[in-house]
Order: sequence, then structure tokens, then C-alpha cells
Amino acid sequence: MAISGNGNGNGNKLQDKGQEKRHFTRRALLAGAGVLALMGLLGGRMGQLQVAGHQRYATLSQANRVKLVPIPPNRGLIYDRNGIVLAENRPNFQLLVTPEQVQEMDQTLKGLRRVLDISDVELERFRQLLARSRRFEALPLKVRLTEKEVAAFATNRHRFPGVEVEARLSRYYPHGPHAAHAIGYVGRINARELSQVDTRRYGGSSHIGKTGTELHFEERLHGDAGLERVETNALGRVIQPLSRRAPIPGDDVVLTLDSHLQRVAEQALGEETGAVVALDVDNGDILALASTPSFDPNIFVNGVDRATYASLQENPERPLFNRAIRGQYPPGSTIKPFVGLAGLEHGTFDPEQRVFCPGYFSINNVDHRWRCWRRRGHGPMDFADAMGQSCDVYYYKLGYELGIDRMAAFLERFGFGRSPGVGLPGERAGILPSREWKRTARGEGWFHGETIITAIGQGYFLSTPLQLAHGMAVLANRGSARPPRILRAIHDADTSETSEVELAESQRLVDLSSGNHWDRLMDSLVEVVHGQRGTARGISSGLDYRIAGKTGTSQVFSLGQDDEYDAAELERRLRDHALFTALAPAEAPRIAIAVLVEHGGSGGGVAAPIARQVMDAYMDGAGAGSRDV
Amino acid sequence: MVQGRDRAMSELADPVRRSRRHSIVQRILHLDVQLITALLLLSGVGLAILYSATNQSLDAVHNQLMRMTMAFTAMVVMAQIPPDALRRWSPLVFLGALALLVLVLLVGTVGQGAQRWLDLGLVRFQPAEVMKLAIPMAVAWYISMRPLPPTLLQVFTAAVAIAIPTGLIVLQPDLGTALLVSASGFFVLFLAGLRWRVLVTALLSFAALIPVFWLFLMREYQQQRVLTLFDPERDPLGTGYHIIQSTIAIGSGGMFGKGWLNGTQSQLEFLPERNTDFIFAVFAEEFGLMGALQLLALYLFIIGRGLYIAINAQDTYSRLLAGSLTLTFFVYVFVNIGMVSGLMPVVGLPLPLVSYGGTSMVTLMAGFGILMSIHTHRKLWAS
Repeated sequence: MAISGNGNGNGNKLQDKGQEKRHFTRRALLAGAGVLALMGLLGGRMGQLQVAGHQRYATLSQANRVKLVPIPPNRGLIYDRNGIVLAENRPNFQLLVTPEQVQEMDQTLKGLRRVLDISDVELERFRQLLARSRRFEALPLKVRLTEKEVAAFATNRHRFPGVEVEARLSRYYPHGPHAAHAIGYVGRINARELSQVDTRRYGGSSHIGKTGTELHFEERLHGDAGLERVETNALGRVIQPLSRRAPIPGDDVVLTLDSHLQRVAEQALGEETGAVVALDVDNGDILALASTPSFDPNIFVNGVDRATYASLQENPERPLFNRAIRGQYPPGSTIKPFVGLAGLEHGTFDPEQRVFCPGYFSINNVDHRWRCWRRRGHGPMDFADAMGQSCDVYYYKLGYELGIDRMAAFLERFGFGRSPGVGLPGERAGILPSREWKRTARGEGWFHGETIITAIGQGYFLSTPLQLAHGMAVLANRGSARPPRILRAIHDADTSETSEVELAESQRLVDLSSGNHWDRLMDSLVEVVHGQRGTARGISSGLDYRIAGKTGTSQVFSLGQDDEYDAAELERRLRDHALFTALAPAEAPRIAIAVLVEHGGSGGGVAAPIARQVMDAYMDGAGAGSRDV
Repeated sequence: MVQGRDRAMSELADPVRRSRRHSIVQRILHLDVQLITALLLLSGVGLAILYSATNQSLDAVHNQLMRMTMAFTAMVVMAQIPPDALRRWSPLVFLGALALLVLVLLVGTVGQGAQRWLDLGLVRFQPAEVMKLAIPMAVAWYISMRPLPPTLLQVFTAAVAIAIPTGLIVLQPDLGTALLVSASGFFVLFLAGLRWRVLVTALLSFAALIPVFWLFLMREYQQQRVLTLFDPERDPLGTGYHIIQSTIAIGSGGMFGKGWLNGTQSQLEFLPERNTDFIFAVFAEEFGLMGALQLLALYLFIIGRGLYIAINAQDTYSRLLAGSLTLTFFVYVFVNIGMVSGLMPVVGLPLPLVSYGGTSMVTLMAGFGILMSIHTHRKLWAS
């Protein structure tokens, strides 16, 4: 308008120019309006994202950056009754390399190999790890460094930026094979266990109890995982911790075991394969639970290699097998005290009256002779003689007259054929033969002959050393006992409070019509050790206390078909198992013990001396035995 | 901005008042104070957010500062060239750029899956960048030879002149630059008064060509980008990841942002390409809606100033060129922010003066130099 007014003299051209400018201005303003509209669209989009969608996107961004990292709790320790540590957590030193902090990886590795013994296998494993890990992640180059290696690295540390030694706690059994079966061990959590545990409690945990008390008290020992909220970047690198809930450590467990007594038992067993169970007859505390041969549980903690595991599994002496609670053996003559007591109670015979032992026993109309272990016979035997010399014929007769029903019912009250209920994994119940048992298990009827051999603990009869020891404890208490237990106290790591486990109610298991029967039985058991002809008289020399015991041998009547034939080995494996059960001191028993030596041959000659060593140790340290933690 | 527009309108009507405002900077250095102030302010914001986006890398800031210096130098140099000289050289610049574009397809250097670079020993540069200036110059030169509006023949000839370099750039392939180059040519035609009938016909035929484009010309990754726009979740870890993470960044910024250097999406590296194409998300996360709107306002001011310069230019060539350069600048801003906020497909265009990287910045600032030249080289009769 202004321009057209200016250019009136220049005619059309200028007029056109003015018109062009107006046209242009119109288009430019139109474009400007378009720009404004589209900018408005962008502004609206910002509002949509940042105001309307803010809550949602803020949450998403939070989820992006915050990760939850579980912190595993420290596992509770395991103590013996006197406070000796049986299982603890030890720092396990690892050599860690953080690639992004290392300037020259090859140089560094070469240098480290000069300082530490790093095998080609370890190096190869590290290189594989390196190839698939993020640069800021610390990678293990060598695990389980010795103290010496840690020291060697520490002095050279300045030369290796990005390399460090880190200590992680791992389970350690300071005494190795000592009480290994009772303690058990932990191992890496496998897929099946992972699906069963509470993942909130086990977050970050790598190990779990596999056997023994480690498994039985897993709940208490493990503790609860803590949780750390950390800020991470897109690659997962932790930038900073945000908040932290500390883990709750597992409780310490105090066992009833007496490490000293346990060691005596293990040493007494020596090279033999066998088991020793010692119980405190008063409260049922398991003082010793030994099984030989043993193994070093430490090898399982960080993963046992295939070859070692196979050799443990295939070893014919089965070192992983806990004979004390899982081994089921014919009790042999060690059952006689219980059978004898059944006879006394039922009055089927006169204990004063002598029974003649010609070396065998037979019944009317049956063309079979049940042989006494003493081929030429014992001659005339009364109750005490028969117990002391373990006359089979006396018990064949006694058992036959008693009958299987009364015998089984009586023996059951002493815990035979029932699981002792300690709760240790793999505890077995043995077999108490009876009509009913045979009908259910075998689908067959009962024969008289079976009653006869049941009376001397043979035939179908099976019991574990723990059951035998418990049976003895019932005898010691004249018919009542507390169930055997392995847990004495729990130490809460959080509150530092130790709480004794309450004693189970003493159970009245056996009531006899006359107290005299108990006395007569105990006298006869003393005869075994202290009598002139007692089968265990060999251990009586030098005793300053009295032992009531019973020897036993149990026949090994089967040989596996796939067993290799080796004359010497075969001979050994055909030998009877040796057993000895005992109470001490005889006048007022405090300890009940059962010893089993596989293929030991003689109960009196092999098993009884082992029992005596344990009882000696117990009687010597009787004061220490009940010392509190 | 509305104020700016009002002022533009009032000054439009009052040349005397306008002439008073010519300062020494404008007359001697041929620079526009308002425009350069806004551009410097934008550069400052750009450096600040780059510092944050690169996890506080002073090296990156230093590099960017060097490029900015180069770009501002290019701007000052271009501002000294009078518009008449530019017009005379326009056809030659276009033909030269076209020749280089052919050359780059024959002997160019391959980088990031595309053949874009020409290595001249001392410097490597992208002929396509020259085209961003050459096309609007050539089309404005051609259209301004005759009175406006352009005839159908002129439009057709211009369309061919635009299509040839665009096609060559698509072949590289460089979709973003092709878009800018063709847009810059189109803006000249539009501002020249392209008839609506022709415009609509052209748009319709372009729409008809889309399937052809899709099937024969677009690389698979480009197709993916478009598909991902409509549904980022279809490929959350691939092409969709960018858009998902950038919308999270923007949205989580909220009204006032998480604060400078405190954007978790960017600082913790969840946001990809945060230094370059997606830097706006960093800005929006750390400064929130308030910051984002202010940044948009700053861009709007620059665009408004550009259009003001165009409207007040003294001849048709200058008007068309200034207008086209300004609107092309807007395309950068809109496509980039539209992409980052999930409104548009991921087309690799930087956010002018904020994204890290130098090539397009030099061209852009040279363009602003041309704008300033147009505004400050005024013939005496005008005042």
C-alpha cells in the first residue's frame, strides 16, 4: 500500500512488483500461520507427554533405572554342645578383574601369572567370560586363593589396576570328616530346590543344606535375604545405591553332639566300617553319631568334580552313607535283653530254672535244628547265664513259648520298627517282624520257625544303631524315655539370645508288673561284661565303673550277585557284623551306646572295646559332658 | 511471538521507523542483531544441553564450540555477499552442486551404510548439503525471472530441477536431506504463489506415488522406521526402542523437568542417540514442559524473524530465497521434535544448533548469512 503509493510514476512494472509483494506477503503469512499451527501441535504433544502422561512415564523411567539387588544373609553356625564350631563361614578369596579398569589386558594377565599360579584352564575360562561380559563387571580369574596367594598379590597390587581380591563367605567345616554325616553339608542350589524355596528369602543365596543337620535345620540356618535398591544405567552398571534393607542372618544351631566324644568314637572305629551312637539316657541328647568311613564335606561346598563324586558314590564302603541312622542291620543277640524282659513280664518261664543247652533247639514234629552259636552247647543255663553267655537255645525256647505276637507287641514299645523321629534326613525305621508286618510286606503267613530266629534278632529283624541305643535308654530308665534329639539350643544372631530347646515330655513306654524284672535284667547285662564267662568280659579289665551291655553278631547271609569275586574281600564280607549295646554306669545309667562294626566278626571282641573307649571318655569327662555352651 | 508479528506488521507499514533501526552492525557488518542474538542464545542452550547429554564431556562441548565458530564464520561471510551477486551465481552453484552429487555416487566415501561423503583431501564434505542452498537459490532465480505467479511450465521445469537432485540424494540414500532439499524447492514455489489447484494436484499425485516410493525406493530400515512410528511396541528393542525411550524421557520430565544434569533417562544412557538426533528428549527431560515451550518459542522467534526479513526483502528473488530458507529451518525443527516425541517417523534430522555434529550446522548458518545479507544490503531508494 505504501509502496504502491510511492511508485505511481514507474507504471505497470512497479505496480506488478507491488502486487507480487502483496502476493508474497500473503503466502508468507499463510506459511507463518502454518508454522504457528505445527509449533502448537508440538507444544500440545509436549503437554500430552509431560502433563497428561507424566505419571505413567515417570513410573516407566523409574523402572528403567532402579534395580533390586538381593543381599544373601550369613548362614548360621553349627556348634557342638560345648561350643566347638562344627560349621562356619569363612572368607573365600577370589581374584577379580574389571576389564574397563585394566589398561592392557594381555600384559596384566601375563604379569599376574608371574605372581600367582594361574592355570591354562583358569585363563581360558576367564577369556570366555571376558568375551561375553560387560566391561564394568568384575570377573573371577581365580577362585579359592590361599592366604599365601592373597599376600603375594597384595604386595604387587599397585602394578595391577582393575584387579582385586574379594572375599566372599563360604561354608567351611573346620574338622573335615569329623561328624560329617551328622552335620551334613551345603551345596549349590539346584533347579529343583530353587523351585521349592521362597525366592524372597533365598534371593542372592547360592547354597542350601543338602544333608544332615545342614538340611534338617535349613529353615533356621539360612536367614532372610536383604534387598538393595540401586540405580543402574542402561547397560546395568550400578551407579549408586538408593536404599538398603539389611539381610537377617540365620540362627546358630547348637547340637547335642559332644565333639570330643564323637572324635573318640570315630577314632575307636578307626579303619573299620561301622557306626557308634551314644545317647544321654536322661534327656535323649545324641552325644555321638559316628559313621565310618567318613568324607570331607568341604569338597561339596563349591561344587565337587565328577570324578571325586563318582569315586565316593562307587566306593564299596559307601563313605557318604550314614550308618548310624540309615544302616539297617539284624540286631542279633543285642535284641535278647528286650526279648528276655518280655519273657519275664509275661511269666512264660522261671528265671531261676535252668534250661539245658545241647547246642541246638528243636520243636515237636519239625525236622529242623536251630543251632546255638556255641556248637557244643552251653549246658544248663538260667536267665543270667543265658544273657551273660548269650545262649541262643535259651532264647529260642523263650521266644517260642512267648510267641511272635506278644514278642512283637513288647518290642515295639522300645522303638523297634519305628522311626526314632530325630528328624535327621534319611532316618530309617528298621523292621520289627510280626504276623501283620509279614502279611502286609510279603503277603505270606507266619511260621513258627520265624518266631524262633526273631528271638535272637535274626530273620527279618532289622534295626539301626540309633534304634538300638534308644532301646537301651528305655531300659536304663526302666520303661520311660525322651525321644532322641540332636538340637540343643538355638542362638538368634539378631538378638544374640540363646534359647535352649525345651526337653520333650518323657514318655512312659513300658510298664512292668514288677520292678524286680528291671533289676534282674540289669544284673544279667552286667554279667555280660563283668561275669566270668560274659561274652564281653574282655573289656572289664581296669574298669573303675560298671557297664551293663550286650554283645551281638548278626549274620550276613546274602551276597550281591554283581559283587566281584575277590577271595580275601569275600571272606571279610561274609563275616558277621559285630554289635555291642551298653549302659553306663550300670547302677544309675547316664549313657546308652550302640556300636556296630560291619563284618567285625565278634561283638565282644571288636564292638565292645570300641564302646568301652567311648564310655571311658564319657565317664572321664562326665562333668564336661553336660557343660553349657 | 505474537508481539513480534505485530511489530513486523507495523514496521511493514512504516518504513521510516524501520530505517531508524538500522544500526552500525547492520550497515557495516551486514548482520541482523535480533537474529544473531537469538541464534547465539540457541547455541548457548545447545552447548549446555550437550554438556549434559554427553555425561559432562568438555571435549564434546569444545568440539561443538569449534564447529559453531566455523558455522558462524560461514554466516558472517555469506552475509557480506550482496543478494544480487547471489542471484547471478545461482544457476552455476546449482549446476556445480549437481555435478558433485553425481560424483559422490561414483566415487563417494561410504559411511554408516550410505554413500554421502566426498573426500577432498583436506576436508570431507557432503555435496547434498550444498544442495540445501543451491536448490532454493536456483528455483528462486528461475521463478523470479518472470512476474509472479509462476506459469505451469515454470512450475513443471522447477519441479524437474528439484526432483533430479532429490532423486540423487535418495539414492545415497539420505532420506532426511532429500526431504529438506525437496521441501526447500517446494517452499519457493509455494511462496511464489503456486496455484492451489496445482498444489492439490501435485499433492495427490505425490500421494499416489507413495506406494511406488515404498516398494522400490525405500530401504528396509526406512520402511521399518515408518512402521515403527505407528506402533513403537512392535519392535521395542530395535527401532521402537528409540521412540519408547525418548517418549519416556520427555514424559518423565513433567512440568518443570528433573533439572540440568539430572535426567535419568539420558544420564544413565537409556536414551539412544542422545547427543545427536534425540537431544531434544534430554532437554525436555531435564527442563520439563516449561523449558520445552521456551525452546519452541525461541525457534518460533527465529522463524518469525526470518519471515519478517523475507516479507521486507526488496526483490522477488530475495523474498523467495529468504522465505524458503526460513521454512526449511522450520522443517528441521518440526521433523526433529516430531520424531523425538513420537509424532513422526525416525528421520535422521538434527535439531538445529543443539544436536552434536557440524555438517548441517554450517549449511544452516550459511543460510542465515544469506538472510542477513538480504536484510542489510538495502538499495538506497528503499530508504
